[in-house]
Amino acid sequence: MKQNFIGALCAVAVMGGAFAQTPKKPAAKPAAKMAPAPMVEEKDAATLEFEKFRAEMEESNPAELFEMKGEEQWKTKRGPKNVSLAESCDLGQGVGKVEGAYVKMPRYFADADAVMDAERRIVWCMVEKQGFKFDEIAAKPFANANFTPDITNLVTYVAGHSRNMKIAVPLKDPKVREAYETGKAMAAYRAGPYDFSCNTCHGSDGKRIRMQNLPNLSTAAGAMKGVQGWPGYRMTGGVMLTHQWRMGDCFRQQRFPQPKYASDAIAYLLTYMIGNANGQVYKGPGIKR
Amino acid sequence: MTKKIILAASMAATLMIALPAVAEGDYRAKAIATFNKDFQARGQASIDRLAEDGLQLICNRTGNKPPEYIAKQMEADQLADVKYPADGKMLGDWKAGEKLAQSGRGFTWSDKPGLPVGGNCYNCHRISPNETSFGTIGPTLYQFGKLRGNTPDIQKYVYSKIYNAKAHNLCSEMPRFGRVGALGEKQIKDLVALLLDPASPVNK
Amino acid sequence: MADPMKIRAQMKGDVAEVRILMGHAMETGQRKDAAGKAIPAHFIQSMTVDVGGKRVVDGQIGTSVSRNPVFGFKVKGAKAGDKVVVSWVDNKGDKRTDEAAVA
Repeated sequence: MKQNFIGALCAVAVMGGAFAQTPKKPAAKPAAKMAPAPMVEEKDAATLEFEKFRAEMEESNPAELFEMKGEEQWKTKRGPKNVSLAESCDLGQGVGKVEGAYVKMPRYFADADAVMDAERRIVWCMVEKQGFKFDEIAAKPFANANFTPDITNLVTYVAGHSRNMKIAVPLKDPKVREAYETGKAMAAYRAGPYDFSCNTCHGSDGKRIRMQNLPNLSTAAGAMKGVQGWPGYRMTGGVMLTHQWRMGDCFRQQRFPQPKYASDAIAYLLTYMIGNANGQVYKGPGIKR
Repeated sequence: MTKKIILAASMAATLMIALPAVAEGDYRAKAIATFNKDFQARGQASIDRLAEDGLQLICNRTGNKPPEYIAKQMEADQLADVKYPADGKMLGDWKAGEKLAQSGRGFTWSDKPGLPVGGNCYNCHRISPNETSFGTIGPTLYQFGKLRGNTPDIQKYVYSKIYNAKAHNLCSEMPRFGRVGALGEKQIKDLVALLLDPASPVNK
Repeated sequence: MADPMKIRAQMKGDVAEVRILMGHAMETGQRKDAAGKAIPAHFIQSMTVDVGGKRVVDGQIGTSVSRNPVFGFKVKGAKAGDKVVVSWVDNKGDKRTDEAAVA
């Protein structure tokens, strides 16, 4: 028995080690003088190895630890008003109902008169229902190696209750449709020192930056690639990150200024992206390298 | 410079009249208003980066397909604006060029301000056969010099293309590296050498 | 305070498959913070697993194990309903015990 266990430990240790550092690209030599460019779908050894590992890890994704914490925080009376989100927060499915809520956002919320993605809605509830200060949440909204904000746990918990459900953003709602169209226009807007828009990288099929495949967010399958796995547990550093974080990091690489946390801007862009993924199956909080 | 911007802006005004039925019209205005309302400066990424310059405006308003006559005229303006090396020599050190081509750093809010920045080349292009991790947003540049030659005209073309890709294709995805001050004369020369020098692995 | 573990134990034939997710920083002591100061080592040193009242794992682990580690192993001779009790102690003396039943 003990032997078996040590085997498992070694395996974990080796995996941990392998992903603590950036995978080295293979120092491949061209096969012939005129080596053809590799096919778009070709995956390097590190990618294949990681995908095997990810399949294994999905059964025991550390994201579940954050879900557990989020569940506790969802159900506990907290904040200056000492109420729980479970007894006060409506994610669009009724007060306290989390089942299937994540895949049906962004949606329009009349009480806030705004289109909100899941993270923005939970923040709104924390502020309006529990009495937390928005500026304090927005000051440190994302996790780092030493800190995970409550909102990240809460989003992960809510997302976990939409596992294996179809994305169903209510695009027929005129307010949601307007958010979608505005997000679409934002995705096409080129500016900044490098003239980049979202679509520079994410507007057509089969593109890559280095070895990183770039999903075409204007198609259902491509948009789903941009949705799947968020919120995600990032192996490098062991950090739980949300979709809001991912959107911000895209703008960083686009050389744009920073989008404000839980703003209309991100809600519109997420409406466009997630709306395009309507009908695709969401697998729940994911794991990223 | 000011003159060119005014030219671009006046053309934009013409365009707005000429193409009033752009379907995204209202949403475009709302998109811009949303950027202005919901984005904040961070690090070197100042808020003025959200504003379109004349060229970006033309490309944005036409879905990156400007009418031919506008494209030609503005490409000519961009080309006239290219600052070639004073010594007339376009070919630098391909080894330094390769190093620069590898780096994707620069201009993000997490980068330290200051020059020079990375060339970002491998992010989008296949270049040297020794680098198998390359992007596909741009065309392959492998054997560029071998196929096109290393004549003064080609050197000048490559120099101007890196300096300002929009001089040859108005709404190209490629940044205007020299025009925006990302790459200086030495850096561009080194990249020209990476593509054209017969000794560069690109042309082996 | 230490975070709860997630424990899954399921019979597959006559073998129980056990998977344990632990929430722990597992700091190696090699990392530096933003100010360049070394972050002190903080890691789980030992763990035990009892299944149906029998100790099946008594292990030492260290800094080569990743943050928020996952452990998986198989236990012969377990049966559905057996209690799985997992405990760990780290180098600062923090400890945590959680349990689940074999399904």
